[in-house]
Amino acid sequence: MNLQSVKTIYLAEMSRSLRTVLQSIVSPVVSTSLYFVVFGAAIGSRISEVDGVSYGAFIVPGLIMLMLLTQSVSTASFGIFFPRFSGSIYEILSAPISYLEIVLGFVGAAATKSLILGLIVLGTARLFVPFTIQYPLVMLLFLVLTALTFSLLGFIIGIWADGFEKLQLVPLLVVTPLTFLGGTFYSIDMLPPFWQTVTLLNPMVYLVSGFRWSFYGSGDVSIWASAFMIVAFLGVSLAVVNWIFKTGYRLKP
Amino acid sequence: MTISFNHLPTATPEAGAALGEAEATGSPMIQVEQLDKVFEGGFQALKNVSLEIQRGEIFALLGPNGAGKTTLISVICGLVRASSGTVRVDGHDNVADYRQARAMIGLVPQELTNEAFTTVWDTVSFSRGLFGKPRNPVHIENVLRALTLWEKRNNRLLELSGGMKRRVLIAKALAHEPKVLFLDEPTAGVDVELRREMWEVVRQLRDQGVTIILTTHYIEEAEEMADRIGVILRGELVLVEEKAALMRQLGRKELTLHLDHALEQVPAALAGHDLALSEDGHALVYTYDVTRQEEGTGIAGLLADLEATGIRVKDLHTRQSSLEEIFVSLVRERA
Ligand SMILES: Nc1ncnc2c1ncn2[C@@H]1O[C@H](COP(=O)(O)OP(=O)(O)O)[C@@H](O)[C@H]1O
Ligand SMILES: [Mg+2]
Repeated sequence: MNLQSVKTIYLAEMSRSLRTVLQSIVSPVVSTSLYFVVFGAAIGSRISEVDGVSYGAFIVPGLIMLMLLTQSVSTASFGIFFPRFSGSIYEILSAPISYLEIVLGFVGAAATKSLILGLIVLGTARLFVPFTIQYPLVMLLFLVLTALTFSLLGFIIGIWADGFEKLQLVPLLVVTPLTFLGGTFYSIDMLPPFWQTVTLLNPMVYLVSGFRWSFYGSGDVSIWASAFMIVAFLGVSLAVVNWIFKTGYRLKP
Repeated sequence: MTISFNHLPTATPEAGAALGEAEATGSPMIQVEQLDKVFEGGFQALKNVSLEIQRGEIFALLGPNGAGKTTLISVICGLVRASSGTVRVDGHDNVADYRQARAMIGLVPQELTNEAFTTVWDTVSFSRGLFGKPRNPVHIENVLRALTLWEKRNNRLLELSGGMKRRVLIAKALAHEPKVLFLDEPTAGVDVELRREMWEVVRQLRDQGVTIILTTHYIEEAEEMADRIGVILRGELVLVEEKAALMRQLGRKELTLHLDHALEQVPAALAGHDLALSEDGHALVYTYDVTRQEEGTGIAGLLADLEATGIRVKDLHTRQSSLEEIFVSLVRERA
């Protein structure tokens, strides 16, 4: 393992985030606060409790997930897309490093950044509503696995995209809507039976549910289903990345 | 403006040692065997290319646009996958032992990159780390100074001119102390002054034992810089020669003697010389080898014999075919 190279990519990616530290951190904090004002305070005051917790507390895990998913995907996709776009990818591809090391550098940095943001959102949420986390270790594990998985997805998107539109297409049209519809702001018990069944096809439901379970000990689906889903997601992402490098897809003609 | 590159810092002791070793074993630095590249879509950009590049030489890959120069370099550097054939760098297969092979190589690409927001210092340091080398600010400083980028080290790349950006790419390639440097059209779109400077840099690197492969479609550049020249046309390496031999082989000299009085035919007394009479009879054209001229036999003898026949020469001039002409004739031959 060429740790020096991994570290170099990782730190370069982290410092790219630092260059835009304001927009990196301020925007999620502001948008989380807005969600709390709108959903927590304005709407939440009319909803008493969901699954035994206050509505404000109920939406916290979903909001963190929303932030984690969108940030992981956008950071990682931009991270690898940019050198392709600028032409500097030649250097990475001709360096004496393995594919695994390239992925570790880029995906590791994106996952780190979104993890930090997730924790910032958690802290911001704590300012609005009181809540306790029943299973902090499980929570952290979910956080890390989700950040990694969706950073991998972002990495894949960043290699697949051939322009800035496509780069934003998947996060905008897939990730955010699925997360919104995946029980971020409601328990799927609240839906009519037909929509409950449809919703179970949405993989985000399992992620949000599992993450909420680590907070409050209950979720829409069993914790094992959630755990299986995140691991399966991770497996599929890894397989796709492996295929990309094996075939040289969009990287090596 | 003259700039001295008096301490271009790739002259590591190992570079010299590697050179010594190599001379002992005599193995080539780069060994390309029967390389084919067929791009997706069926276009064959390289056709059975075999090539050996010796340690410490400057090798120029010469060919018109689209000939396959960049593709060949890209396959060697691991940016493009070969369809068949092998590449070895210092004996390491560039697929099976890609780490060892690639660690030796510095690549300066043809196209400028547009990273914009990074500073010169950061991007050059990044290159070093990327190749797995420990931090070495002194080396980076030396590289930047040698390429007159030191003053610009804190500038972001978007603030630099095209020529400066190209230097940055060279600095990035030198950051990890490569043993082989690839320069893909290093002087395309670069002004004359910077071109001279780059040639100077390249020579210094060669003096330090770095093997250099440059591509160009400027004959002038190959002629000026190279020890050996490979000509590539439509994916085929049609010729590899010592530059001097190439000049000798194809670059015969012509001496034209303009005469006071027209001749009917070449006088018998001059039959021993390779002479042709111009159509109007007013000029004798003498074709000779550059090497023979150096030995001083041919022309002196001819002039003495001319003197003896009493033919008066009004004027004379010589010309030597340039690589340009050689190249054009090669292209024509193959067309
Ligand atoms: N990725 C690619 N896919 C298909 N064709 C390519 C690709 N890259 C280069 N080519 C073609 O291969 C030929 C050689 O290109 P190149 O090696 O860039 O030439 P040179 O560097 O000598 O100008 C050109 O005809 C070019 O269009
Ligand atoms: Mg080219």
